[in-house]
Formats: sequence, C-alpha cells, structure tokens
Amino acid sequence: MKGLRTVLAGVTLGNPTMLASGMMGETGASLAKAAMSGAGAVVTKSVGLEPREGYKNPTLYEADGYYINAMGLPNPGIRLFKEEMREAVSSGVPVFGSVFASSIKDFVTVASNMEEIGASAIELNLSCPHAKGYGMEMGIDPEMVHDIVREVKGSLKVPVFAKLTPNTHSLIEVGQAVERAGGDGVVAINTVKAIAISVEFRRPVLSNIYGGLSGPAVKPIGLRSVYDLYDNIDIPIIGVGGIDDWRDAMEYIMAGAKAVQIGSAIGKKGMTVFSEITSGMLRYMEHNDVREISDLVGVAHERK
Amino acid sequence: MNGNEVVRVIDKVSEGRGITTLRFELDRTVRPGQFFMVWVPGVDEVPMSASYIGKLKGITVREVGEATKALSSVKVGEMIGIRGPYGRGFMQPAGRYLVVGGGTGIAAVLPAIEMSKDRSIVDVALGARTSSELIFEERARKASDHVMVSTDDGSKGHHGTVVSLVDEMLSKRSYSQLIACGPEKMLFYLLEVCKKHGVESQMSLERFMKCGSGLCGSCVIDGRRVCADGPVFLGREIDEMKEFGRSKRDEAGRSVPL
Ligand SMILES: Cc1cc2nc3c(=O)[nH]c(=O)nc-3n(C[C@H](O)[C@H](O)[C@H](O)COP(=O)(O)OP(=O)(O)OC[C@H]3O[C@@H](n4cnc5c(N)ncnc54)[C@H](O)[C@@H]3O)c2cc1C
Ligand SMILES: Cc1cc2nc3c(=O)[nH]c(=O)nc-3n(C[C@H](O)[C@H](O)[C@H](O)COP(=O)(O)O)c2cc1C
Ligand code: FES
Repeated sequence: MKGLRTVLAGVTLGNPTMLASGMMGETGASLAKAAMSGAGAVVTKSVGLEPREGYKNPTLYEADGYYINAMGLPNPGIRLFKEEMREAVSSGVPVFGSVFASSIKDFVTVASNMEEIGASAIELNLSCPHAKGYGMEMGIDPEMVHDIVREVKGSLKVPVFAKLTPNTHSLIEVGQAVERAGGDGVVAINTVKAIAISVEFRRPVLSNIYGGLSGPAVKPIGLRSVYDLYDNIDIPIIGVGGIDDWRDAMEYIMAGAKAVQIGSAIGKKGMTVFSEITSGMLRYMEHNDVREISDLVGVAHERK
Repeated sequence: MNGNEVVRVIDKVSEGRGITTLRFELDRTVRPGQFFMVWVPGVDEVPMSASYIGKLKGITVREVGEATKALSSVKVGEMIGIRGPYGRGFMQPAGRYLVVGGGTGIAAVLPAIEMSKDRSIVDVALGARTSSELIFEERARKASDHVMVSTDDGSKGHHGTVVSLVDEMLSKRSYSQLIACGPEKMLFYLLEVCKKHGVESQMSLERFMKCGSGLCGSCVIDGRRVCADGPVFLGREIDEMKEFGRSKRDEAGRSVPL
C-alpha cells in the first residue's frame, strides 16, 4: 500500500481514506473499528465544552441518494472524551479531533484539550448547518474564520484544519482566510443546508426543521468546492461529500484533494467501504502505471 | 429504498396491560427481527420491532413514556411515519431451534417462530412478569407444537424467570440454536445458560437510537452499531462485548450503567 501513503501537514496517513466526523465517532471503540477496517485516519464526532444530547428525533430523513440529518451535535463533552480518545489513539492511525464551540475562547479550550488527550490534528467544525450559534453561523464569515484559526493555531502544536461549509457564495474567501491565519489545511465540504416536508402531515419532518444534506446527491457540490479551492489556496485540501466508491474518491483526488473523508456511505456499506476504496484505487494505479497517489492530486486541472 | 413514508393505521389490538398492536400496509420486505423507526409528529420518532411482517405489517408497543404513550393513543384511520425496515434480522437456523421472548421482546421474536415452515422444529418459551403482560401466546401456539410460558409471579405457567424455564428446556431436548429478545439483563443470564448447554444463539439487542440507519453511532456497543450491524448478534459475538449487560450510552454518548 506504499503508493497510497499521503502526508497532510506533516501527519502521515497509510492511505488517503478517512472516517468523516459524525459517523460513529462518539466512542473510542467505533473509531478504533474504522481504523482496523482500513481507514487511513479517523475524525472524531465534533466535541464541545459541555455534554450535549442533541435534538429530539426525527433527526434523520432518508431517501434514495441522500440523507438529511439534524443530530444537533450530540457529544459527551471534552472532559469525558479522554477515555474514548485513549481507545481511538491505540488503534495506531492518526486521530483528528473535531471540535466545535460558540466563541473563540471556547474553541481554544476544547482544541487544546483535544491535543492533550492525543489528537494528531485538530479539525475545526466551522460548518455545521443546523446548530444555532455554532458551525456555519461562524464559518461563513471570513474574518471570524480567520480569527478562530489564528487563535487556535497559536495555542497548539498539532496541525489545524478548518472544515468549511458549502452554504456560502464566499467559499474561496473563507478558504483563503484559513490560509492567511496560518491554518494547515481545509476540509470541504460539510453538509448542505436542507429541509424535508411531509405532505401527509403538512409539516417539516426533522424536529429541528432544518438539517444537512449528505450522500451521493452532494458529490457534485463537494467536487466543485474542492476544485475551486485547489485553484485558490496552497494548503492541503481534504475532500468530503457523497463518496460511495473508489471512483468517487478518485474524482476528489483529481479535483485536488490529498485525502478524502467518507460519511454517509458507512450507513449502507459499513466499515468495509475503506478497504473497498483503497483496493479500487490501487487497481486503477496499477492499470495506469501510477506509482504514487500524490501524482494524481489535482490532475484534472491540467485539462481545463 | 427504506426511507421515510407515512402509513395509515388500519387495525388496532389491545394485547395486554399497556400493550397495543398497530397494523398498517407497507409494501416493503421485512425479515424477522428487523425494526422500524416510527414517527409520531410533534412527539418523537422511536425504534419498534416489526411484530408482523406479512403484507399487513405491525408493531407492538408497550407504554413506557411519551412516545409510546402517543403511539398507543393513535386511532384506526390515523397516520404514523415509518422508516425502515432496518438492521440485520434473525436467520433461520438449520434444525430444531428454540425461540425465547421476554416481555415486549415477544413481539420481536414472533415472526422468527412463524418463519419456520415446519411447526415441529420450532419450540417456544415466553416469559413475562405477570400473566396480563404475557402476549401472543395463542399466536405462538398456531406456529409451534411446543410452547411453554413462565411468569415471575407465578400467575401463569412456570413460576419463575424465563431463563430458568429455558435452562430446563435445554436439559430435556437438544436444539441447534436459540433465538431471543428481551431485557438485556435477561439476555445476559440467558447467554450464560446457552454457554452452559453449549447452544449457539442469536439475540436481539436494544440501544438508544437516533438515526436508526447506521450513521450517527449513538447505538454502538463495543464499536458495533446495534441498528445496522445488529440488532441481532450471535451469542459468540455478544460474549465478546465488554459493555453487554453492564453499560449503555445515553443521548449524549456518555457511558452509563445498564
Ligand atoms: C431495535 C429496537 C426495537 C424495539 N422494539 C420495541 C417493540 O417492539 N415494542 C416496544 O414497546 N418497544 C420497543 N423498543 C423500545 C422502544 O423504542 C422504547 O421503549 C421507546 O423508545 C420509549 O420511548 P418513550 O418516549 O415512550 O419513553 P421515554 O420516556 O423517552 O424513555 C423510556 C426508555 O425507553 C428507551 N428509549 C427512549 N427513546 C429511545 C430510542 N430512541 N431508542 C431506544 N430506546 C429508547 C430508553 O431506555 C428510556 O430510558 C425497541 C427498541 C429498540 C432499540
Ligand atoms: C449523521 C451525520 C452526522 C454528522 N456529524 C458531523 C459532525 O459532528 N461534525 C462535522 O464536522 N460533520 C458532521 N457531519 C458531516 C459529515 O462529516 C460530512 O461532511 C458530510 O456528511 C458529507 O459527506 P458524506 O456525503 O460522505 O456524508 C455529519 C453527517 C451526518 C450524515
Ligand atoms: S442509531 Fe445511528 S448509528 Fe445506530
């Protein structure tokens, strides 16, 4: 698997597939399971300062080709997360600690705690589309993003990635703000703000009304975001959104992603999706005489 | 596709004290042991095992809190939301098997009794705290030649837990497998009895579910998703779970004693 090795701001991944934040990432055992199943790295559920139960059900709407979720960032809080991280870190693959907060001060606190308990890198959730006062509400403002990244970066040793929202016309400006603030990379995209309505009941389905769209339906949006960012920033990009198989993953890599995260596909395929994608990538590389996956990063830009 | 749908309740049966079955039409294939996410608008959406899996599907609800109370109050002609079926169900064992249901868990295992085409190879043990909570006994007798019941208070059948009843049954007759659903404490002791008699089992577990669809991880036990990798697990898989019979996760993902 040597040809699949990828390096993100000094963090080495055995292969470019990662478990996306929010997928089974609340517990150490499930993070370790993703690692054992072949993920090159895993991202924790977004963790905050205090425990949160999340929204009341329904928190998920499911349809052919997409999901809409409004979990409401349930998590046990950073203090109790130490135990989970111990188990996750013992799996041997890099663990990215995803954190969220409603102020710069809290971002710094949670992120430094995450570093202390063993995260190889921090992923700032600046993009959750359905939590009031969090995520996307901050992540669409380039100045705010700049200040959060700068402060967190200034207080940590591990690399800091910012996870971006596609729910903005200024995605590129936000990406550039991350770079300007010294951020080590960006993750694109989080879910797309969406809604589902029950015709029979004549009301929104999700208890929170709004949720985030994910799954195959968002792939073209994620790809476009990665493609645009690649043209406008020089820090590493991690691609996420609707990746179901090796071909989807390869599209992201050719658009400019150095690694990819897999979320919704876990629902139907379970953890085997990682080895399925890496073996597909290897086969493609063999057939096309490509030695290193890094040789394919961004190649689609050469054929504009 | 097993996404969100709305169905009309066309039949409602009171099964016992605080226990109600709702029937509805849903054109989807359901295997014994699978469950639905059932939505009562404005209240909640909760997991419910399929207690009927033919053309006319059904769920059997025991009133414990707000959502189950609302479900029990749904009238014939009214609508509920359904997602699913979800999860890995029970597999038909080769040879004679024993189906064990405890409390409302009986609802989940009934279709596993009926999946046998030969009523002489499926035996049944049903247990409840008291006779008024013992459900589906007649239905079980229609599908099996050998149905035993137990009540904790002795109001009907064997006086004692269904685990002690099963211990006796396993001493008398040999089974290739045991299928069970019920409270986790019951399953915990049942697994001990199975190990003592050297019988492999399939057991349906319960955890707090949010997405029901294998994404969020709120239902995990030892890293495995009860909603998607389960709810049915093999006894030997369960035996390796450190959290089984001991702890579960609350809504925030905190580990709490069972
Ligand atoms: C796979 C599965 C199948 C089930 N099948 C049946 C069934 O066939 N019949 C039946 O009566 N019950 C079944 N249950 C249990 C049922 O889901 C809960 O009793 C119900 O959710 C309680 O909701 P409530 O609002 O009435 O009670 P609450 O007052 O909210 O809670 C009472 C208890 O129910 C449990 N609970 C509440 N919400 C959930 C949830 N979203 N997921 C899991 N547990 C929850 C908790 O342990 C809680 O302590 C099943 C549970 C699971 C996981
Ligand atoms: C159920 C669910 C929970 C999620 N929770 C988080 C989260 O806590 N933090 C976060 O940054 N992204 C979260 N996401 C977004 C995913 O990490 C990912 O960015 C998005 O779903 C797109 O990828 P996909 O199409 O592969 O799912 C969540 C997505 C889903 C479906
Ligand atoms: S309930 Fe979400 S993964 Fe099982």
